[in-house]
Amino acid sequence: MSDTKNLVEVRDLKMHFPVKTGWNKTIPLKAVDGVSFDIKPGETLGLVGESGCGKTTVGRTLLRLYTPTSGEFRYNGELVTEKNMPSLRKEMQMVFQDPYSSLNPRMTVEDIIGEPLDVHKLYSSRDERREKILKLMETVGLNAEHATRYAHEFSGGQRQRIGIARALAVDPKFIVCDEPVSALDVSIQAQVVNMFEELQEKLGVAYLFIAHDLLVVHHISDRIAVMYLGKIVEIADADELNENPIHPYTTSLLSAVPIPDPNIARSRKRITLEGEIPSPLHTPSGCAFRTRCPYATEKCAQECPTLQDRGNGHQVACFNR
Amino acid sequence: MSEKILEVKNLHTSFFTDSGEVKAVNGVSFSLEAGKILGIVGESGSGKSVTAYSIMQILAGTGKVVEGEILYKGENILNYNKNQMRSFRGKVCSIIFQDPMTSLNPTFTIGSQLMEAILLHTDRNKEQARERAAEMLTLVGVNEPEKRLKQYPHELSGGMRQRVMIAMALACEPDILIADEPTTALDVTIQAQILELMQDLQKKLGMAIIMVTHDLGVIAGMCDEVIVMYGGRVCERGTADAIFYHSAHEYTKGLLRSIPSASNMKEKLVPIEGTPINLLNMPKGCAFCSRCDNAMKICLEQKPDEMWVGEDHLASCWMNVKKEMQEKAGVTNE
Amino acid sequence: MSENNMPKKNPLSMQIDLAKFEKATEEEKRQQDVMSESSTFFKDSMKKLFKNPLAVFSIIVLVAIILVIIFAPMVVPYGYSEILKVNGMRDKTAMNLGPMQFSENELKYMEENNVKLFPHIFGTDELSRDYFIRVVYGTRVSLAVGFFASIIVLIIGVLYGSISGYAGGKVDLFMMRIVDVIYSLPDMLVIILLSVVLKEVMGESTGIFAKLGTNMISIFIVFGLLYWVGMARLVRGQILSVKENEYVLAAKSIGAKPGRIIWKHILPNCLSVIIITTALQIPSAIFTESFLSFIGLGVAAPMPSLGSLANTARQGIQSYPYKLLFPALMICLIVLALNLLGDGLRDALDPKLKK
Repeated sequence: MSDTKNLVEVRDLKMHFPVKTGWNKTIPLKAVDGVSFDIKPGETLGLVGESGCGKTTVGRTLLRLYTPTSGEFRYNGELVTEKNMPSLRKEMQMVFQDPYSSLNPRMTVEDIIGEPLDVHKLYSSRDERREKILKLMETVGLNAEHATRYAHEFSGGQRQRIGIARALAVDPKFIVCDEPVSALDVSIQAQVVNMFEELQEKLGVAYLFIAHDLLVVHHISDRIAVMYLGKIVEIADADELNENPIHPYTTSLLSAVPIPDPNIARSRKRITLEGEIPSPLHTPSGCAFRTRCPYATEKCAQECPTLQDRGNGHQVACFNR
Repeated sequence: MSEKILEVKNLHTSFFTDSGEVKAVNGVSFSLEAGKILGIVGESGSGKSVTAYSIMQILAGTGKVVEGEILYKGENILNYNKNQMRSFRGKVCSIIFQDPMTSLNPTFTIGSQLMEAILLHTDRNKEQARERAAEMLTLVGVNEPEKRLKQYPHELSGGMRQRVMIAMALACEPDILIADEPTTALDVTIQAQILELMQDLQKKLGMAIIMVTHDLGVIAGMCDEVIVMYGGRVCERGTADAIFYHSAHEYTKGLLRSIPSASNMKEKLVPIEGTPINLLNMPKGCAFCSRCDNAMKICLEQKPDEMWVGEDHLASCWMNVKKEMQEKAGVTNE
Repeated sequence: MSENNMPKKNPLSMQIDLAKFEKATEEEKRQQDVMSESSTFFKDSMKKLFKNPLAVFSIIVLVAIILVIIFAPMVVPYGYSEILKVNGMRDKTAMNLGPMQFSENELKYMEENNVKLFPHIFGTDELSRDYFIRVVYGTRVSLAVGFFASIIVLIIGVLYGSISGYAGGKVDLFMMRIVDVIYSLPDMLVIILLSVVLKEVMGESTGIFAKLGTNMISIFIVFGLLYWVGMARLVRGQILSVKENEYVLAAKSIGAKPGRIIWKHILPNCLSVIIITTALQIPSAIFTESFLSFIGLGVAAPMPSLGSLANTARQGIQSYPYKLLFPALMICLIVLALNLLGDGLRDALDPKLKK
């Protein structure tokens, strides 16, 4: 694994949003504050964290929906800038969380899936366009007869398939999946998760799979990164992270996941975290997690721990564990 | 066996829309025992929330209970007049909603909203109500209750707001607490806090809880009894163990197979194929038949009745009939 | 679960056909869920609109009025500025006739020549002109003014609002302050001033401008200058909220250019609000025109408008009250029908807006 070239390399990515606090006074909202990770071709990196931790912002910043404050993003070894981004949009795509608001209600399925083709002029005739669209619909398991229907006529799961077909239209090598199953019904989630896995086997795409549901992320990901208040606190192999979590935040996160098995649920000891996530406008000094951490010491308040390799690529940012 | 505090018999609730009658709840029966936690689980459109709203009589606009009985200690609350219903809500039965952001009025302080509920349903005076409000906040684990009483909802975080909502619901010591997806809008760690709090409070105050949710994990951790709903009908009901370990309905089985858990991490998930049912276009037979792998001809034609499949365990699935017939046949053959 | 809740059923006691317990085929299962009939948003809305009795009634009334004002001048043999003549002679006796009356000269003429003249449906005015045809022309003018004024408002408002809303930031701030300034101008004062100035400037000009009259032009200019601000604000607000939708983000991530995003994604989703506002703008413009004509700032004589007809009728109100009734009734009917239609459109296109 380690000798294949990285498809995506992110180094110290920062995204600070200016927030007005008064006349002429702004303070930065550190949504993403120094995030680094790699993704290999055909690999899935899961990115988990609670709301407000900046996981969605990471995905959107990679696709330049926001202009990053600082940091590097290399795609296939090439530094991504404002200039070469338009051509790279054919390589990178995104699947959105809300299957209701991510599809234009005034467009037919055909036009929604065909839009990337239109924008990048990827066809020479109407027939070719239609052929490509029907093939994409088949790939994601949609009935070709439904091409002329509008998005509102479909159920949540089918809508998400339309969104995925749109992302696949330009034949990307890297897809950012921003909570693609969290708005779906339980019985539909598995369909979509399976489809992501099948598409990866077939097309060899790499995913950045953003979600808050640890079970789903564990199922689909090769590696998982855990984010807390704009920083990655732990990153490891999916199984390794699940069986042997080191960072106290990861531990409590894992123990808080509701498990659909009454016996396990009853016997399990939950590590309930005290308090709430601090506002990203006023992050604590040093380690951001120290205000809720049972192991916090003096040192945590003064210094910010960095990711350290604990063997086998299991990286943790914590002084005390 | 403890006292049955609430009984729902053959409840039918419909919404009358432009495109026709939507039978959101279609013949639901269950009973709730005092001091127990009952979980209603289902996907969106399964009728789980509408069942809860029917009990509280807070159906939106065009919704109406068209048939059935809801008995509170033997009295049918559907026959209550407006005043009786008002005192039923709040005093006997209260509800907390999914979204703590919108269920608190942003223009009033936490204190005045809490006190309003107390003053409305008890004969405390203002001073006592204030004390009670502070006491309730302490009970639900809100620190510095006196200070919080003066704050507005937007000054609190989501988890805090949900705690306030719980305090408000419990302020008048109801017998029944209905929780409609109380943790769906919250983060995992906050969700764990709230669930733990609800369990603690249930032990302390002894009320019965109806937990409406789509999350089987929440159900597994909290509930004594479970009702699984699909397409406005009850698929299966029984103790949590019976539902999770001896599922007797194809839908429940499929649901449990399709969610990732520790045991199936390495394998592909087994999804339930197809799309959720369209309530405007209900099939003649079993609501789940078009998505069921084992659907039989009878499933398409005839609605299955509820049948006992074990002690404290009812299911409405033709597969159970088939199984029993095969067993019977096996016995006579030998 | 309690035992007495449901009697135990023995499945074998039921009469069951064993053949029914065979597995159903995929085909049979698929028949169970059919997707509902395909329909577009627009079709749906139109269906809803035609279910609304008030909206249907208004449409019928409006269509009837439009048909009358188109075809009546072809049928009725009188002109709106033409003084009645009998046998080529001016008919002095035809002043202020009541509805369906003929003048003495006309009666005599009909008797002598044994012909039938076209009746004066609404009577005649004080200058011996057929009143019906004047009301028809007045309605034409009023409707045209309302329609074109709304178009002007629509074009300027949508352009301004969408640029302001989409650009956001400093551009938006600046453009919206201009709107605020314009909002604070008193419109009546501006109309009066403008018509005075225009009269000076255009004085002798001929052609269409002269026919319309300086007052009319100033009404259009005022609508173009002042009344678009409401539309602009509305469109901007809509765009700001539509912009937040993920499909706009999706289009950006695909690499679509701003023009495409506005045209394909944002405007179509603001369309219902724009249509509704325009529909409600027409009656308000008609009302403004009628009001201005009533106080003498409207179309130039002899061109009638509903407002100026009402104004003239006011002078003889004690002797001929029906003369006020016809134009006033016409204004009411048009404004009411357009307002009801606007409401119906709003309910059909945007059910969330219903209060």
